[in-house]
Amino acid sequence: MSGELHTLGVAELGRALAAKTTSSVEVTQALLARAKADAHGAFLVVDADGALAAAKAADAKRESGADGASGPLLGVPIAHKDIFVTQESTTTAGSKMLEGYRSPFDATVVARLKAAGALSLGKLNCDEFAMGSANENSAWGPVRNPWDATRVPGGSSGGSAAAVAAQLVPAATGTDTGGSIRQPASFTGVTGIKPTYGVCSRFGMIAFASSLDQAGPLARSAEDCALLLSAMSGFDERDATSVQQPPQDFHAQMLAARAGATAAQPLKGLRIGLPKEFFPAALAADVSGRVHAALAEMEKLGATLVEVSLPRTELSIPVYYIIAPAEASSNLSRYDGVRYGHRTDKPLVRPSQPKDPSELEQMYRLSRSEAFGPEVKRRIMIGTYVLSHGYYDAYYLQAQKLRRMIADDFQACFKQCDLIAGPVAPTVAWKLGEQGDDPVKAYLADIFTLPGSLAGLPGMSVPAGLGEGGMPVGLQLLGNYFAEGTLLHAAHALQLATDFHLQRPQA
Amino acid sequence: MPLSPEDVSRIAHLARLELSPAEGSAMQTQLNDFFKIVEQMSAVDTSGLEPLHTPLSAIGNVELRLRPDAVTETNNRAANMANAPAADAGLFLVPKVIE
Repeated sequence: MSGELHTLGVAELGRALAAKTTSSVEVTQALLARAKADAHGAFLVVDADGALAAAKAADAKRESGADGASGPLLGVPIAHKDIFVTQESTTTAGSKMLEGYRSPFDATVVARLKAAGALSLGKLNCDEFAMGSANENSAWGPVRNPWDATRVPGGSSGGSAAAVAAQLVPAATGTDTGGSIRQPASFTGVTGIKPTYGVCSRFGMIAFASSLDQAGPLARSAEDCALLLSAMSGFDERDATSVQQPPQDFHAQMLAARAGATAAQPLKGLRIGLPKEFFPAALAADVSGRVHAALAEMEKLGATLVEVSLPRTELSIPVYYIIAPAEASSNLSRYDGVRYGHRTDKPLVRPSQPKDPSELEQMYRLSRSEAFGPEVKRRIMIGTYVLSHGYYDAYYLQAQKLRRMIADDFQACFKQCDLIAGPVAPTVAWKLGEQGDDPVKAYLADIFTLPGSLAGLPGMSVPAGLGEGGMPVGLQLLGNYFAEGTLLHAAHALQLATDFHLQRPQA
Repeated sequence: MPLSPEDVSRIAHLARLELSPAEGSAMQTQLNDFFKIVEQMSAVDTSGLEPLHTPLSAIGNVELRLRPDAVTETNNRAANMANAPAADAGLFLVPKVIE
């Protein structure tokens, strides 16, 4: 069956491996061949030797019948967004700043997936320090959308989304700060979930905005996402914001029948709230059409649709773009050219006047300016300004207060519904270079993913069919805190009844 | 009030960034464009609201967890310093600071 192995998802591969109709080595070889031929710029590092050694070890473990020899991820190849530090290969966060950087440890998410038996084919391209929504901000070049190579794959987890869509890997890790799992999943027709803030450890995930960053999987179905999320998540004492909860079986939660559900109506009793602000008149007609069509399918499965309101949806753009850059400017101050990262080799000038910058300060400034890209510099500048003396209250503090209003708005909605739905993005994937030199235009396109991020809520992008130019459209589902099981259950029910998630780009 | 070239230089200094004249001028335009969409924030009355520093405090008190004050890491100096641009005898090297 080696010709078909790349078409199998995580759950299917797990079953084929358990039934021994294939081996991890066979699957890994098939996928490595595709990853090496990757024409989309998705992979930054293909670790063939490491992957094959891990595949051999997984096959041997299965033969041995030892503990953990039957887990659903044993011997399943995946790949990691280059924002997760890994011992086996370099980690750059898409930045020249970390060219050649090798971590002395694995990120918790990486270590947990490894412990569950999954193996990594390598590292996936992303926007520099996860700042962007088109993957055009990577220092290592853009990623192309497998559905149309002239279009962007979304970002910042653009390499992860493209690799899953192009069937180079059945699943990949990603991170979501303001939509960086959901939006690329939407643009490439794959399924992605960002869990509640604190469900996945941020230890070893290169920090962008620490009160927003969350890890999650991108895969070809809700079921595959559930399998990965179960392995990735859980309390980690090395992350101060990790939620102290026992490990969760999201796959079992996904399968658990709702009270009152029937075989024909698995979503009976589920109330889905549609915020009217998520369906503005300016929303692209193809996106609106596909989202409504997917929601109609969920109605057939027993769900009821109710109108709700998130009145501060538009405000979430400035609130996010104050808070995230503020945290980024603080987090990225660690790149000083001393302990790791790029250091300038330009000659430093001996200060002759008391007001001249010291050689140390010149080294900081030159190292940072040479290695950070334009978007990272912009966000550091915004963040530095809004945290500076005299501006903190008007910008940063006001944004934090508005953030509470946005979170409270969601709690008011969840009194009327169990899930919230809408589009992930206002349009399908745009053309490479189309946004030109206008960062604000790109920020505005994040409007539907930012509110859930600011509130720290779990959210998914679920394929909803094809729109303009044959490009995928994603349905966004948002749940209340820790309602990942409800989200995955609803997405899984939709995917059992429809084939939106089975549509693939032409090879 | 829009940011002036002097404001941009001051912020770049605080951020330890060196911007070329062309970069500085593009940055000034882009930051001023951005702060136009920020203006709507000031129109909202937020008096009496507590800032939301961490999302889960929207639904309850988030207590900061402290770990036991115990040694958990072993000496891993060589590995931890392997990425240093300049190091010698277990020390990170920087340009001369004190004459």
